[in-house]
Amino acid sequence: MTTATTATTQYGLSVDTPPSVRAGEVATIDCKGVYYRAVNDAVRAAIESGATTVRLINVNGQRYIGTGLRGEGVRIEVDGTPGQALAMFMDGPTVEVTGNAQDGVGNTMNSGQVVVHGSVGDVLGYGMRRGRIFVRGDAGYRAGIHMKADEGAAPVIVCGGKARDFFGEYMAGGLLVLLGMHSAADGPIVGGHVGAGMHGGAIFIRGTVEDWACGTEVSVSPATDAEKAGLRPVLADYCRTFGMSLDEVLSVPFTRICPTGSRPYARLYTYL
Amino acid sequence: MATTMAQPEFRVRIDDVRCQQCGRCVQQCGWGVYTFDERPMPDHSACRACHRCVTYCPAQAITIEQNPLAYRDNPSWTPALRRAAWRQSETGGVLLTGMGNDRPYLNVFDHLVLDACQVTNPSIDPLREPMELRTYLGSKPDAVGVEAGPDGFKLKKDRSFAAGIRLDTPILFAPMSYGSVSLNVHKALALAARRLGILMNTGEGGLHADLYPFEDNVIVQVASGRFGVDSDYLNRGAAVEIKIGQGAKPGIGGHLPGEKADQDIATTRMIPQGSDAISPAPHHDIYSIEDLRQLIFSIKETTGYKPVGVKIAAVHNVAAIASGIVRAGADYVYIDGFRGGTGAAPQVIRDHVGIPLEIAVAVVDQRLRDEGIRQRASIIAAGSIRSSADLAKAIALGADAVAVGSAALIALGCHLCQGCHTGSCSWGLTTHKSELTRRLDPEWGAERLVNLVSAWSHELQEVLGALGVNAVESLRGSRERLRSVGLDAQTCEIIGVKPAGL
Repeated sequence: MTTATTATTQYGLSVDTPPSVRAGEVATIDCKGVYYRAVNDAVRAAIESGATTVRLINVNGQRYIGTGLRGEGVRIEVDGTPGQALAMFMDGPTVEVTGNAQDGVGNTMNSGQVVVHGSVGDVLGYGMRRGRIFVRGDAGYRAGIHMKADEGAAPVIVCGGKARDFFGEYMAGGLLVLLGMHSAADGPIVGGHVGAGMHGGAIFIRGTVEDWACGTEVSVSPATDAEKAGLRPVLADYCRTFGMSLDEVLSVPFTRICPTGSRPYARLYTYL
Repeated sequence: MATTMAQPEFRVRIDDVRCQQCGRCVQQCGWGVYTFDERPMPDHSACRACHRCVTYCPAQAITIEQNPLAYRDNPSWTPALRRAAWRQSETGGVLLTGMGNDRPYLNVFDHLVLDACQVTNPSIDPLREPMELRTYLGSKPDAVGVEAGPDGFKLKKDRSFAAGIRLDTPILFAPMSYGSVSLNVHKALALAARRLGILMNTGEGGLHADLYPFEDNVIVQVASGRFGVDSDYLNRGAAVEIKIGQGAKPGIGGHLPGEKADQDIATTRMIPQGSDAISPAPHHDIYSIEDLRQLIFSIKETTGYKPVGVKIAAVHNVAAIASGIVRAGADYVYIDGFRGGTGAAPQVIRDHVGIPLEIAVAVVDQRLRDEGIRQRASIIAAGSIRSSADLAKAIALGADAVAVGSAALIALGCHLCQGCHTGSCSWGLTTHKSELTRRLDPEWGAERLVNLVSAWSHELQEVLGALGVNAVESLRGSRERLRSVGLDAQTCEIIGVKPAGL
């Protein structure tokens, strides 16, 4: 897509190609006061012209950054606070955000990696199929909802803070980990209805979670040593990403939440 | 104890004189009605009256009858209601069924008649004069500008000229997922869509690799389960459709049981083999019109701004909902009436939730006109379009095009036996048993679909000619060309149609 030529502003923001600097395979784009479509057009243009790292500076609420982007080895660095639907439908690239992110991060993501140094809003990783999302801070409602797995692949989400209700609702595959370590939020580590309707994958929560906070389709049990050991590779990567101590993360017991069956609604129906 | 009190609905009668004991009926029946012991013996309780055995019996020896078993008269407690209560007492289950609402609600289409020219203005003969059926779906500009150039004046084109979806006749094939129907059904639909210059729709089960060559004639659907949805899929379609609701089951989700997710279906849906494919009732990223706008534009950003439509079920507040959808940036609104079909739905929802398509289309069209936004989106009407008469009336009520699902399946052999959810369709349509799916040859099916749509298109041209117009767009929303026969005054007012005689 090229940017429009008729208007130069949309909602008071520039729709012209934003200023960018190119140094080898690194493109730096200044997003200050630029409408999202012009930002995303510029990102796609930079990647098409061979950039492997795109640095977006002065990001303030621009939507759909990294959305629909494809290609391994592409890296998008977001300096600031991106808008909704970051890395939606993304297939391959890595997106790293210095600030907070909003709702819909990694929605229906196919592969790739998202790293958020702040907190994220609602609907984190909805229906994601592969790839990884690491969040240092808190997550809102419905994190990991309907996360899936594909043949021979499973997505991973690790949140360092707390999460709200419906964590892992409808979860069909993959790994969802909540640490509750650095949180700006009051209250329990996770809200209610954890794993409601869950029929695949596994949730691990650092510390304990009450039975009543979980859905009726799951079993809640202390993680065994073997299960904790199974988390080590993912958590080691997570700790490396955010400069944390793996020993400290693993110093307390974890709770494992798993579906009791893969067919939660098998006996619901009858035929005429 | 008797295993069930629910007696068979049908009786299978075999004429022993004609029967050649060839066993064809045993082989043809997908429901397991027949056993063979020197001659075929039917188990009446398994019969769904799908006529597969009747059609293929070489001796024409089989007939299916309603079970004449008498029930004590009670117009309130019909035998069907009694049977349902018995089944549920036995199992404690939600009654699941297939195809569309079969209750005898008032059918508005059957109470509408079309106009024709007589004396004062000439009718047109479509056999000898041009009659345009080509239809473009999508957002149209609010105003058209012209600019002067070296070669004279030409249309000013800017971003508001979206590409649009081209249809050679105002008919699409309705979304039916691979999973709810067999791959051969999808292939037949795709072949026919390409030959007809129209589109088929994947439904929510992804796009099988065998259909990639047909991608210019495919609408790819995004539903709450996001099955088979990645950026490659979104970019393959001629357009993308967000499924919010379905006429047969407004407000509820669905699920494909794990045992039906064989390797091919699992790969297409992008899930592990044997896992349940659950579509939640809502999209969990859409709780508002603003959220819908966000999904529409996420898809547009992913696809280089392809047309994105939104499919909803016709419900009470459909006009306001459609207005919100158009304001959210949808290029078309697909309205599915309460008679629309399904591969599986709870009977209580299928038969008792939603409103008739005819009324929904009329009020949506009017609302969008009143608000001055009708040009921003097209309207697709679906939910039991049964004939070219329904097609013409739906367009006169305000639709740009119609979508046909049940009619397409009927062309392929469906007899509306309502057994889609069982996975044993004897006609090989809504099943994945290879011995049944191979009964549908995609090439044979495509030919029948092309025949049906071509026939309806010719009939639509005849109707337009009688009306004295030479393009289908001249009929769109032209409710003055309709009259009602036998509708009450309030319904007439709501749909903007005068009673006959006025």
